[in-house]
Amino acid sequence: MKSPIGEVIRGFMSLVTGMGVTIRQFFKPNVTVQYPHASLKMTGRYRGHIELVRDPATGLSLCIACKSCEKACPSDCIAVEGVKRDGEKRKSATDFKVDFTKCSLCGSCVEVCPTDALKFSRNYNLAGTSREAYYLDLLKRLQTENK
Amino acid sequence: MSIPSFIPHEKMSDETFVLNLGPQHPATHGVLRVKLTMDGEYIARAEPVPGYIHRMHEKMGENRTYAQFLPNTSRIDYLSAMHYTHAFVGAVERAARITVPPRAEYVRVITSELNRISSHLVWFGAFLLDLGGFTPLLYAFDDREKILDLLEGITGSRLTYCYYRFGGLYNDVDADFLKGTRDFTAYMRPRLDMYRALVTDNIILRKRLESIGPISAEMCRKYGATGPVIRGSGVAYDVRRIEPYSVYPEFQFDIPVYPEGDCMARYLVRMEEIVQSLRIIDQALDQLPEGPVMAEKVPRVIKLPPGDYCYAVEAARGRFAVRIVSDNKDIPYRVKLRAPSFSNLSLYEEASQGMMLPDALALMGSLDLVIPDIDR
Ligand code: SF4
Ligand code: SF4
Repeated sequence: MKSPIGEVIRGFMSLVTGMGVTIRQFFKPNVTVQYPHASLKMTGRYRGHIELVRDPATGLSLCIACKSCEKACPSDCIAVEGVKRDGEKRKSATDFKVDFTKCSLCGSCVEVCPTDALKFSRNYNLAGTSREAYYLDLLKRLQTENK
Repeated sequence: MSIPSFIPHEKMSDETFVLNLGPQHPATHGVLRVKLTMDGEYIARAEPVPGYIHRMHEKMGENRTYAQFLPNTSRIDYLSAMHYTHAFVGAVERAARITVPPRAEYVRVITSELNRISSHLVWFGAFLLDLGGFTPLLYAFDDREKILDLLEGITGSRLTYCYYRFGGLYNDVDADFLKGTRDFTAYMRPRLDMYRALVTDNIILRKRLESIGPISAEMCRKYGATGPVIRGSGVAYDVRRIEPYSVYPEFQFDIPVYPEGDCMARYLVRMEEIVQSLRIIDQALDQLPEGPVMAEKVPRVIKLPPGDYCYAVEAARGRFAVRIVSDNKDIPYRVKLRAPSFSNLSLYEEASQGMMLPDALALMGSLDLVIPDIDR
């Protein structure tokens, strides 16, 4: 049989020990980062929405419009169209649309691409007032980035 | 006269009323609804009503290719994503006879155990929140943040990792991750002592959990409860031991078992499991072999030979098993997901009968339910 007085004392001591932990924590440095005034460093493999990769030689997209990514995407959010231009060995994309509202950032498209024409962007500040704001035209993004 | 903490069913009055717990109640951690028939403060009957976040994961598995279904597996139980992906890739690898390189298996074990710790930390914080203690959540999330940062560094995501591939891994781990994980295991052990001083030994917690919500081993077997729930009822059932998979047989670790069957027992099992996970991680880091992280011959389009395949893992909440029935197409004929939370919830109706409402909430918290896992 535990004596009730012993239990009260032990119980009280447990509260004091717990309080000690709290008080020690009180004097530790503050770790909260005051976003947006400061932000944390992003990791290298961060997955933002997908983006086309530029061919360093031509400045154009590396995409050959093979549609592998379109097929691999579990959520059906990619739509690619392409043509074969005269004098070129491969097709090139004329239209590359992503419906980011459905994208689960799974990365299947990035992995499947034979020419490594897709990458994850590092864009995380995403806020919009309409659904349409997330129907991304990746080719246009690539071109506007050009300027 | 003291107030009884429990009233047997025969002694209940006929004057009951119905109380809805959820689907928007913070203590149900998501959208679980429990229809409570109350006799005053005591529960005459608690009827769980799941299904509010049913997303047809099994059906989705049957209308898309194996590779397309893979991202889904980390979204069933979002706190235990690594284990779930492991079960699915394991089932496919077993069926297609793909041999996974040792380095990939070791990294799978490391990341799975990290995931287990982070899942238990969320449970720890949320459970104590249910009991009315806010602060421990902040400590737990501080530690969990370190795991999330580590895993984000290699997988690119913080919760729905989807890091394993058929035959290996999405990519190799880097030196930063290995060093970070070492630092983490060294950092975490003293933190657990701190948790003990702050929470586990706390008299209020003890009084609220000890001998509350007893679940017998018999009841666990009856409903198929697994994981910390059955281990808190004195049965050393752990898939990592019973049906060894991956490289788990190469590590030394104990299966924490507490025979009491009350909420405190389940609490202690999970706290002890964190220690064991740290042990496994340390051993895996010591033995981590060099080499590729992807099997050489993995077909681009996976097509399984006709048959019935099953693969079970020990997820943070218990046994998670994937069963795939293939009829030689690139889309499975049937994908069955055996979710631990569903079975663990099933015993709630019987276990909570006659309990006081606040105690029944402690019982629910101690089951560590994840609602998307129940509904799938
Ligand atoms: S990341 Fe996944 S869901 Fe998003 S576009 Fe690529 S394949 Fe589709
Ligand atoms: S898989 Fe690559 S090359 Fe093919 S369409 Fe998609 S982005 Fe273009």
